[in-house]
Amino acid sequence: MKARRMILATVLGLTAGAGVAAAQTRTILNVSYDPTRELYKEFNEQFVRHWHQETGETVEIQMSHGGAGKQARAVIDGLEADVVTLALAYDIDAISEEAGLMPEDWQARLPNDSAPYTSTIVFLVRKGNPKDITDWDDLLAPGIEVITPNPKTSGGARWNYLAAWGFALQRELGGFEKLGDPAAAAEVGRAESKAREFVTALYRKVPVLDTGARGSTTTFVQRGIGDVLLAWENEAFLAVEELGPDKFEIVVPSVSILAQPPVTVIDKVADRRGTRDIAEGYLEYLYSPTGQRLAAKHFYRPYDRSSADPDDLGRFPALSLFTIDEVFGGWQKAQAEHFNDGGLFDSMYKP
Amino acid sequence: MARIKIVNPFKRRPGRIPGFGLTLGVTVSYLSLVVLIPLLGLVIKTAELSWGQFWGTISNDRVLASFGLSVGGSLVAATVNLVFGFVVAWVLVRYSFPGRRIVDALVDLPFAMPTAVSGIALTALYARTGWLGGPLDALGVKAAFSRLGVVIALIFIGLPFVVRTLQPALADLESEIEEAAASLGAGRVQTIRRVIVPAVLPAVLTGFALAFARAVGEYGSVVFISGNMPMRTEITPLLIITKLEQYDTAGATAIAVVLLGFSFLMLLAVNMLQLWSTARSR
Repeated sequence: MKARRMILATVLGLTAGAGVAAAQTRTILNVSYDPTRELYKEFNEQFVRHWHQETGETVEIQMSHGGAGKQARAVIDGLEADVVTLALAYDIDAISEEAGLMPEDWQARLPNDSAPYTSTIVFLVRKGNPKDITDWDDLLAPGIEVITPNPKTSGGARWNYLAAWGFALQRELGGFEKLGDPAAAAEVGRAESKAREFVTALYRKVPVLDTGARGSTTTFVQRGIGDVLLAWENEAFLAVEELGPDKFEIVVPSVSILAQPPVTVIDKVADRRGTRDIAEGYLEYLYSPTGQRLAAKHFYRPYDRSSADPDDLGRFPALSLFTIDEVFGGWQKAQAEHFNDGGLFDSMYKP
Repeated sequence: MARIKIVNPFKRRPGRIPGFGLTLGVTVSYLSLVVLIPLLGLVIKTAELSWGQFWGTISNDRVLASFGLSVGGSLVAATVNLVFGFVVAWVLVRYSFPGRRIVDALVDLPFAMPTAVSGIALTALYARTGWLGGPLDALGVKAAFSRLGVVIALIFIGLPFVVRTLQPALADLESEIEEAAASLGAGRVQTIRRVIVPAVLPAVLTGFALAFARAVGEYGSVVFISGNMPMRTEITPLLIITKLEQYDTAGATAIAVVLLGFSFLMLLAVNMLQLWSTARSR
């Protein structure tokens, strides 16, 4: 009897303790994609310190990392994310559309289309660039194997595909001014069929379509398969850093896509949990000089170059970048035309 | 006035072993929670599609090609496991040798390992640069990133199902029975065909069916080694994930329902075969 009472008391005590602790420490959950692990580890420490200085409150930031599409699905299915920081706007659009957790115009709420940092698609080649790959054209040379993930399952891979498509279009048209011009419709049509040929030929050179970007990196780096890996610039830097600059090097093509991994507050979750102030402060802090400096340190191109370390900035060569809105009319359109079932990507594999 | 005896068909006499009502209640609720309700969800979600949409989804070229690979590859893998799993189980049951327990424990590894880990390990081994993939490549056999790779992964994950279902059946089959068969004049082949096989056939078939059903739905280990090339090495579970990436849940469940149908048919067929074989042996 005595033992039982003690257990009861302990349980009650623990529950009460937990209740007090919960009232003291507010937490927010940031649902992110894979290669941001290192960035947010450091950023979260800085933010917790910053928030404590500003408000005197100690907050806790929890992270969830995974493939962008799966993460978005988890949030739609009820994972209580206060903020999401994903690889493409398409997945965040889905959260807004399927679950209605925030307004459809979420992307207009923060500067630079809600992308505090950007990246682009570059080539990772073996040390010394033995196949002499300098631009997109070289990928089609005989005997070259290209490694890129499956755009049907990987958000990152969609950027790779669109970057190649944009390159081919630009080569045909000399720029993107003619895309919206009705007078040039015939010329644009021809250029698009050329782009389709180019991308089809490119995917003929892909021996393995991994389901995610990390899988492709493993295939290229650990399995030693392929001559060139199409990768996000920040992931290419991470691969070189982790695996040794004596094994791989980065080749930056003449033109590529501006990859904008956007961030947003999930309004309904943050309001329900009473964390909106932290969530908003957290994302604003990404745009602050500290956030921008950390983004550049972790190989993302910062939105505001002035606050980043010049040494970090020196790692990003200049290249001509186009946006998905400019060339493809936004993610919804690009997804429907290129990647959905029966879209252009599927047709490339029709026998 | 005639007396009417009212019989309540639901009121049963208590059985000899107490606790039937309680355990059946637990069984039904547990199965509903864990199995039936999720499956119902699958069917309800699929029902959002019209027949035309459903048919369009599952009769798509790529989906059909993936059914061929998933079902065909699973059949091949289960058959290979049937043969070699039998040998493994036989050795583990019939002989005692140093390290037998270790070998016995090894059989469970594919159960215990996270499937992604097995997938990565198998790919490392069978890729062009791997220990086994290199020599195979020299012989002109492409192991990883081909259909063969898919079958290799499915063999790996299916092995314990065959071995673990066969072991108890073989253990029950005492060697005295074989001796009796021999002393009654049966040859070795005759003993195997007429004595051993009929006795263990139900277990063999169950092991085969379990290995098959598991392989049809396997995702984690296969996607690393298959290469995921459309029309050639795309397994059906990958197409389900692809649909989910497009937020096409109904399309994904439609394919899943068909996949479930294949497994169900296989389990049903095996049960029929077992009934038939027990009926015949009586």
